[in-house]
Parts: sequence; C-alpha cells; structure tokens
Amino acid sequence: MPAHRVAITGMGWVTPLGTDVESVWGDLVAGKNAVGPVTRFDASRFPTNFAAEVKGFDLADHLEGAGRFAPCGESTRYALAAASHAWRRAGLDRAVAEGRADPTEMGVYLGAGEGTLDYDNFFATNLAGWNAAERKVDGRAWVGHGLAHLTRVREVEQEPNVTVGYVAGAFGCRGPSFNCMTACAASTQAIGEAFEIIRRGDAPLMFAGGSHTMIHVLGMTGFIRLTAMSQRRGSPQNAARPFDQTRDGFVMGEGAGVLVLERLDHALARGAEVLAEIAGYGASADAFRITDIEPNGRGAQAAMTQALRQAGLSPREPGPDGRPVVHYISAHGTGTKENDKIETLAVKGVFGPLAPKVPFSSVKSMMGHLIQAAGAVELITCVQAIRTGWAPPTINLATPDPECDLDYVPNQARDLNPHGGVEVCLSNSFGFGGQNNTLVVRKFRG
Amino acid sequence: MHRRVVITGLGAVSPMGVGFEALWGGLLQGRSALGPITRFDATGFPCRVGGEVAGYSAKDHVPKHYRKAVKVMARDIELAVGAAKFAAEDAGLITRERGEGVETTYPADRTGCHIGAGLIATETEELSAALATSRGEDGRWSAARWGETGMGNLQPLWLLKYLPNMLACHVTIIHGAEGPSNTITCGDASGLLSIGESCRVIERGDADVSFAGGAESKMNLMGMIRTYLAGRTGSSPESLDGSKILRPYAPDSCGVASEAGGLVILEEEAAARARGAKVYAHVAGFGAGHSGWPPYDDGSGRGPAGVVNEGLVLAMARALRDAGVGSGEIDAVVPGALGTPAEDTLEAGALRRVFGERLRDIPLITLAPNIGQCWAGSGGLAVGVGARAILEGVLPARVHAGGCPNDLAAGACAPQPRRLRTVMVCGGSLGGQNAALVLRAAG
Repeated sequence: MPAHRVAITGMGWVTPLGTDVESVWGDLVAGKNAVGPVTRFDASRFPTNFAAEVKGFDLADHLEGAGRFAPCGESTRYALAAASHAWRRAGLDRAVAEGRADPTEMGVYLGAGEGTLDYDNFFATNLAGWNAAERKVDGRAWVGHGLAHLTRVREVEQEPNVTVGYVAGAFGCRGPSFNCMTACAASTQAIGEAFEIIRRGDAPLMFAGGSHTMIHVLGMTGFIRLTAMSQRRGSPQNAARPFDQTRDGFVMGEGAGVLVLERLDHALARGAEVLAEIAGYGASADAFRITDIEPNGRGAQAAMTQALRQAGLSPREPGPDGRPVVHYISAHGTGTKENDKIETLAVKGVFGPLAPKVPFSSVKSMMGHLIQAAGAVELITCVQAIRTGWAPPTINLATPDPECDLDYVPNQARDLNPHGGVEVCLSNSFGFGGQNNTLVVRKFRG
Repeated sequence: MHRRVVITGLGAVSPMGVGFEALWGGLLQGRSALGPITRFDATGFPCRVGGEVAGYSAKDHVPKHYRKAVKVMARDIELAVGAAKFAAEDAGLITRERGEGVETTYPADRTGCHIGAGLIATETEELSAALATSRGEDGRWSAARWGETGMGNLQPLWLLKYLPNMLACHVTIIHGAEGPSNTITCGDASGLLSIGESCRVIERGDADVSFAGGAESKMNLMGMIRTYLAGRTGSSPESLDGSKILRPYAPDSCGVASEAGGLVILEEEAAARARGAKVYAHVAGFGAGHSGWPPYDDGSGRGPAGVVNEGLVLAMARALRDAGVGSGEIDAVVPGALGTPAEDTLEAGALRRVFGERLRDIPLITLAPNIGQCWAGSGGLAVGVGARAILEGVLPARVHAGGCPNDLAAGACAPQPRRLRTVMVCGGSLGGQNAALVLRAAG
C-alpha cells in the first residue's frame, strides 16, 4: 500500500510578536525583536529577568465561546487560539458545516507543555509544611494546608495531556490524540508523528503542533540553575544572539503553533488550498549525556539525514538549478555555546561542501525560545519562507564565531526570489536530553 | 513486504516487587500489594492507602559508571530505568548497558525508545527547604529573595530531575538507543500510546527494536494530593486493605494511587525469529481516539452525564480493524479497570458497545486491585500481562471484594488455564485520550 502524501492546509500561531501569521512574518523579515523585562511575575532580582512574552492576548479575540476556557492556563489558551486560526485558515469551519470534512476522524498531536502551577497556594503549602526546626517536611501540615487551598481545577490543569484534550474537545475531534514532551523538540516530533499517522492512512486530518510557557518562577529558575539562559541583563534586546561569538545562552519565549495536516487527496477533493507539503521527518536520540549534546552532532545528523532521505533528497549533490537541494534551514539555533557550535558541525556533516551555501537562520534571535512550541512556530516560518521566497534573518549577529562559519542570514532578511525562491526547507529541533527531530517541507507542485 | 512487530521482553517494577516475575507470580496468587503508605506521612489524606514499590533503587540496576546519575533521577525515572533493564534481559538483548564496545544484538541507530511519562512531582523536601530560605518580612515567599539567593539552594541539575523526557533519555543513554525516541504524556493512556507508536516506528522501518511502555509514581505528597483533587482517589479512613476498597466497576469503589514502571521490548518479527528470540505475542492492531469533550468541562472531569466514552469505542474499533479481527475473536480484555466509579462506568459502557451481549463471557484481566493506579506506568504492565497470559495459556487470578455488575467478568476468581489466541488491551485517560492494542498469539 503506497503511503499517502501529506499537505499543510492550515496554520496559526501565538507568538511574542503577535498572533496574525502574515503580520508576525512581516516582523520577522523586518528583524523585529520581542524581548523585554519579565512582567508576568516579579523577576527583577533573578539573574535572568527578561524574556519574550506574549503581550495583550485575549482568547476571546480568537475563539467563539472562549468563556468556557476561563480556568485554562496560558499554554492551553495559546493552543486553542492557534488551533482556531489553523482551523479557519484550512477552511474547516465551512467544510465541516457542509459535510466535506468529518471532525470525528480528525486527530490531534501536540507537544504541549505542562500547565502553569498555582504558585501562591503551592508555595504557601510548601512553606506551611516545612518544619524549620527539624529541617524536614511535616506531611500532616503540608497535606492540611494543601487540601484547604489547592483546587481541583488548578491542579488538574497542570497535567500535560489537558491542552490536547481541550483542543480536541473544542473542535469535536475524535481521531487519534496524543501529547508528547520531548522538551525543545516536542512540537516538531508531534508534527512528524502526525505526518506519519496520515501517511499510513490512520487519519485524514490532524491538528499538529505545540504550546508552552515556562515564563514562570520555577520554569525560569530551572534554566537559570542549568546556566542555559542568557544573563545579559543590561541589554535584553541583544541577549538572544544565536551563532554570535558573545552568545551566553537562550532567551525564554512562549506561545503556540498549530497546523492542520491533511491527506493530500482529501485536501484536493474538498478544494482546500495546499500551503505546503510535508516531505520528510527524522527522529533520533543522542544517547550521550543528559546535560550535553554529542560533540559531533551525531544525533542531529541522523535526524536530518533520515528526513532528507524520506523526502528523496541527496544533500551533498546540487539540485538541477545548481543550488543545494535545501533552500532554507530553520536552525534549532538556541544561542547556547554548545548548541550553535554542534548544530553547525552537524549541518556541515550532512551537506558537506554545500553547507555554506544554504541559508540557515534562527528566528529565536527575535522571538526567543518557545521551548515545546518552538518547532511548530518555526515550521510555520518555513511555510512562509516557501510562500514568499524570503529567508528570515538571525539578528544580533555582530561578532562572527570562527566555530560558527555558515550562512546564518545575519541581521537582514534575504530575498531568495532572484535565485529561484524557496522550494524546500528543513527545520531542526533538538531536545534537552538528546531527542532530535527534523522536518522537511516543500512547495506543493501537484 | 509488511513488517510485523512482536513482543520479546517484559520488564516491570511494580508494587508486587522488582521484576516481571514478581508481578506475574503475585497475579497468579491473587495477591494485592496495596496497603498503608509508609514512604511519607500520608495520615493527612482521606485515603492513606497506596501501592509502593518496596526496597527498590535504580542504583542496584544501572552500570557502575552510571550510579552517580541516579542522584538526578526522580522516582519515575528510577522506575523506568529498572523496567528497561529487566525487559532487555528478558528479551536476551545485549545493549551498551553491558559495557562500552560490547557486540550488541542490534545497531544503536536501529534501537528506538518510547517511554510514556506523567507530570513528575517535585520532591517537596528539596523544594520546601529552598523556598524556606526565601521568606520575606511578612513570612511569605519573596520573589526577590528567591532571585537573589533562594534558588541557589536547588541543585544545578534540579530541572533535569523532573523533565518527563528524562525517563527515555536515561534509558537511551544506558542502553545506547540512538533511534527514534519519544515521550508521550497522556496520563493512563501514555503506556499504550507509546507502545502503539513504537510499533508504527518499527513497522515503517525506522527501527528494528525498541523499549516501549511507561512509568510514573504518585507515591509522594504532590502526586497524592493531585490524584485526590482529580477525583481519582476518595475517602476510605476505615480500611487499610487496598484490595477491599478498590473494586473495579463497583459503584462504591475507591481508587488507590501507586507507582510502577512497565516496559516491553518490541522487535521486528523476522529479526526476532532470526536470532531465536522467545516471542510472547504479535502486536496485531493499534487504535487511538479522543473522547471528544473538553476535559473537566462540566466540573466533574468526566464529560456530560450518561455519555459513553466514544473515544474509547473508536480506539477499540480502530485497533480491531487494524488487526483485521472481529470483536467476536477477542478471548480476553485487559481494560483500565481503575476502580474509580465515574471512569469505570464510562469504560464499561464502551466495552458493552464494542462487545455487546458477549461481554459477560469475556474474561477481564484487572490489575488495579493488585497494584493500584500507576498512571503512565500502567500500559506497559497491562500489555506485558496480556502477552504473558497468551504465551502461558493462563488467566491470572482476579481480586475483587464485591459489587461488580453481572455483565462484566471482573469478579474474584482463581487462576485458570485458558487458550488465549487474541487479547485486547485498552484504556483511557482523564485528558480524554484513549488507546487499544490487539495482541495475538505468535506463529
């Protein structure tokens, strides 16, 4: 049985630069930066006190009947908004009403993060339960305070499978539903596995993507303790600087990206616009160390190689137009010393002498790192690159690093239309702990 | 050429004990491992019964050079690491765990790892001690003090102890599994969804062997309070015998939280046969479906009253179709059978829908009265038990203290020999995800 082809027919996002696909894309091409002081809580005395926050977001602007989602945390509300945009962009509102698409056959695969803690009550419970004299937790005091103050809704909201439940519920989806948490790779993996579900014929339609916010006390704390985040407190706008020699870590972002993936014949039969086609997916594990990336980028290379092979592309041979076969790479590009160096090595390992000829940029320089949502948002930027023929820039790239010597599209977006536009993009996401995922997406050509 | 997937190894760390034999032996004896919680002071909870794994540390089950890493493993991770080792051993797999440079059964890049996980609870001792250093003048937690000094009291790798993907990451590192790896986090459905996805990965040729299943521990203050607030566990101050209070499908049952790791080894059948592996069963079908209502929408968390869990019905129907078998061919079912009445009612409704009048004659293999609700740990154990029952031709004993509806074969009984050709394993989750697998006798 031949595998089905998989189209992208809808997409939506919630990002620190906004929620409209076209206008945020315009900001990315213009090199705008969304990083500023943390306003969600008092982070003023934190070693890292800045982030790329989603500002002025109201779910009611994006979804009818938003009131019933009032108890949901940010991550769920971002996912619902992004899914709503993707649903309408795919024309599923009309298609479902007219019986040309069946939501009960539609699945959901998200890489959504955990919900936000009920901080006030959680911290108060931990303090009430702390026996300072004996330096240990008094279980009875802890439970007593907890049962009096923690609530069902807020606790259950934190479970990582709740966001996908809300999205499925809001749109009546009864197809296969999953949530994965492979850290920074999660939404790329979710899209990849959703792609495989459709390819195999297990569902004709899937919502796929992710959502996350770690702009909260323990989220920021965790990465500060790992020394993974930039501490450039004096100039937060310049803190996210992937591939720059003076980079000192990533900048936290938040948001969601959700796409509608659809069996190609299903999309064509209902007259949907095909925004792009997913051509390949690769997954691997570093199996190296929980704290470090395998120094040669072995896992990253395996993921890229597998995705390219599935797409039928040979990265070391130029295409018919003399260009490399991939016209734009959306880097994982976090801005940590280690990632950027090793990702560069891995791209060289895969593309060989052609590597310097592939535009390879990180939009994390502008939007920060959306953690589990990063991969989905970056895949949408790839679709926009294909649709417009432009490669977004890596901003803040002021001091070249001899170990990062590829074409990162420094500081200025690039119009690739004079060179033949963008037909094929590759998007990388690598998770803390070593789970790596790559997607290849290409222009739809009948 | 269609690639088929078989189960060749079973690994468990459960309240019954360490290793799959402890679980299987306990099930045959009809033993319940649920009792008063001893690991922490649970006397403040309305139900202080749980299912703890006694005397277990991953330190005893990792290579010597890796023992230091156990310090950054939450309990959930420790459970997964042990279950992985036992599953690999049972399958007779040589992995990197035996030492750098050994000749492994499979190449590293053909080895996948799909381990479902839950929201790992922060250890209250470490966090509370750190928070207590950051009280402001008013005695409450102060963000400023936390930012200046308090957070420094958490170990640098604190976050890595609790990331759900660390179950799989530690297992991939220990065993040298460099193929596709995922971390599915869908509550009680995590284990079945992980095994289903892992089968797909092998079928499509992206790996030849994999670790698949899940692990989770609710045996801590945070886990216990969440399961209670979620309505999973109830109030049972009068009894400390878990098998008496947890009675699947009984309207007055009370759930009991626990902890476990359950993993299986999946292999592409031709490769498994070629190396002479013991084959427990063939994974013939997989299906998933969503319940279709927003979780907790009506405040009860279980959807509108009187509604059947259509997502579970669809998951079972899809798994049967995938396996190419009719519901009439199912010889036994390993359902969720959680012992939480609202969810049991939904599950029973779905089972009735799929199996009709025949349901009363299909033995249900229930695990919760023996080992409690172990969330992401449950699916791997359920598949393991189903596969073992097929291979041995035995239905384990069933523990049930009464109150099961007449049309469900879930009441107490002794173990009995039974030829089992086709077994369904299924379950749902509070978030609305449902999954089903069809296992068939190999050959």
